[in-house]
Amino acid sequence: MNEPFIDLDALAAAIPDGAKLAIPTDYSGVAMAATRALVRRGVRDLHLVCVPTSGIQADILIGTGAVATLETSAITLGEYGPAPRFTEALKTRSIRMMDATCPAVHAGLQAAEKGLPFMPIRGILGSDLLTIRPDWRVIDDPFAEAPAPIVLVPAIRPDVALFHAPLADRAGNVWIGRRRELITMAHAAVRTLVTVERIVDEDFFADEMRTAGVLPSFYVDGIAEAPRGAWPLRLWSTYEEDEAALSAYAAAARSAEGFRVWLDNEGSAVPMAAE
Amino acid sequence: MSEIRTEELLIAVIARLLGPCRHVAVGASSPIPAAGAMLRRAQGDGRMTVNLLGSEAQNRFTSGGVELFDCAAQGRIDAFFLGGGQIDGQGNINLVGIGDYPDNKVRWPGSFGSAYLYHLVPNVILFREEHSRRVFVPKVDFVSAPGISGPEVNRPGGPKALLTGMALFDFDRARPGFRLRSVHPGYTLRDIEENTGFAFEHEADPETTEPPDPATLALIRGPIAAQLAETYPRFAERVFGSPAASAAE
Repeated sequence: MNEPFIDLDALAAAIPDGAKLAIPTDYSGVAMAATRALVRRGVRDLHLVCVPTSGIQADILIGTGAVATLETSAITLGEYGPAPRFTEALKTRSIRMMDATCPAVHAGLQAAEKGLPFMPIRGILGSDLLTIRPDWRVIDDPFAEAPAPIVLVPAIRPDVALFHAPLADRAGNVWIGRRRELITMAHAAVRTLVTVERIVDEDFFADEMRTAGVLPSFYVDGIAEAPRGAWPLRLWSTYEEDEAALSAYAAAARSAEGFRVWLDNEGSAVPMAAE
Repeated sequence: MSEIRTEELLIAVIARLLGPCRHVAVGASSPIPAAGAMLRRAQGDGRMTVNLLGSEAQNRFTSGGVELFDCAAQGRIDAFFLGGGQIDGQGNINLVGIGDYPDNKVRWPGSFGSAYLYHLVPNVILFREEHSRRVFVPKVDFVSAPGISGPEVNRPGGPKALLTGMALFDFDRARPGFRLRSVHPGYTLRDIEENTGFAFEHEADPETTEPPDPATLALIRGPIAAQLAETYPRFAERVFGSPAASAAE
């Protein structure tokens, strides 16, 4: 893409059905406005990779039937309780579940960003996760003198990484601050789509202080401006989560009917005029 | 000072357990461990590092989500907290669900970082406020992370203690198993036995968990409550009310 700046619907259209889609954890920078655009376009058959967990974003996508495979270390609404559509989907076996553990998701992405087929990782031995994840292997450390088992996890190469950040500059560089898992996701993914609070005139490479927290434009395939784009989640210290909206979701999504009503009313609601 | 709340007792016990630690990390959705770690930091020489996942103000990681895990592998994290929908007498923890996977009768969020951090952090404090036979079971239905490992496994970490709403246990990795250290005020050994589904060692007349002294309580209700409110506003509001009101108590 020569021109990275697109609108939310174009960004959602750039995520094809069946994509392996990587999304960050709730406190990292969740592209909620883009998620609503994805729901509007009726995305299907996603393989969702949560880096390394998710909350309302995954729950909404699962509730709308958009997810075929879920790869995650946990799904929870945190202080607002269990994620109801996730729980229901597992009960009815309507999604394929790939239970993970947080550092294994990071390790899989790190393998991909290095172009490696797999990554060794400490721990996990003795966990039932090894039984239910046949794609995770145990080998003997080839460098050890005595037998020493170690786990290998395969590379995770998402088709698309999708996240929300505060700022992009006019050249398409994205400021991610110290949320460096967003950089890892972009390195590992084939394409990266980002929503930002604001597009600014500042050149992010003009100041080394700023540059340290920048995802360079050559990793970025599309940027949509979406003020309050993480709503109802918070964006770092930029704005707080919307407690009323999250409580309302947690209550409504307990039943399939409640979720449908929420989706019709709140789910397509626009927090500000941006969408 | 008003009556000591259960949360305040637990916060004080956690701070005691963290005694000599230099670097403590706390996972998401863990307000009581977070408060305990910040209390210990406030009581010390000011050099203890506390990192709360999901916080900006109480977090010094700058290398992204992987840094906690890399730090643990480097031996730089002294203590971490894990919970469990089920915990058994061997120290195995289950964060996945009740029944046979994947047809769990009850499904929980998932294993988070437990399968890794339990192996690598030397002082893992198991924390579960609900003390019942549905939590403390003879054998977990799913092992998110095992309590112990064989000698062939590189494992510097594991369970150190188990803190519940009723009691505090130590974990003996050699035996392996739990030993009751103290019973919280208001409970008896019989309560603990009736509500624990696995066998544990204990004295005939176990000690009572020492409640926080007035200075510790003032610290918890003042600066710690205020710091906690930055990351856990709902919890802080519920337990302490507004920080200004509790500071005036």
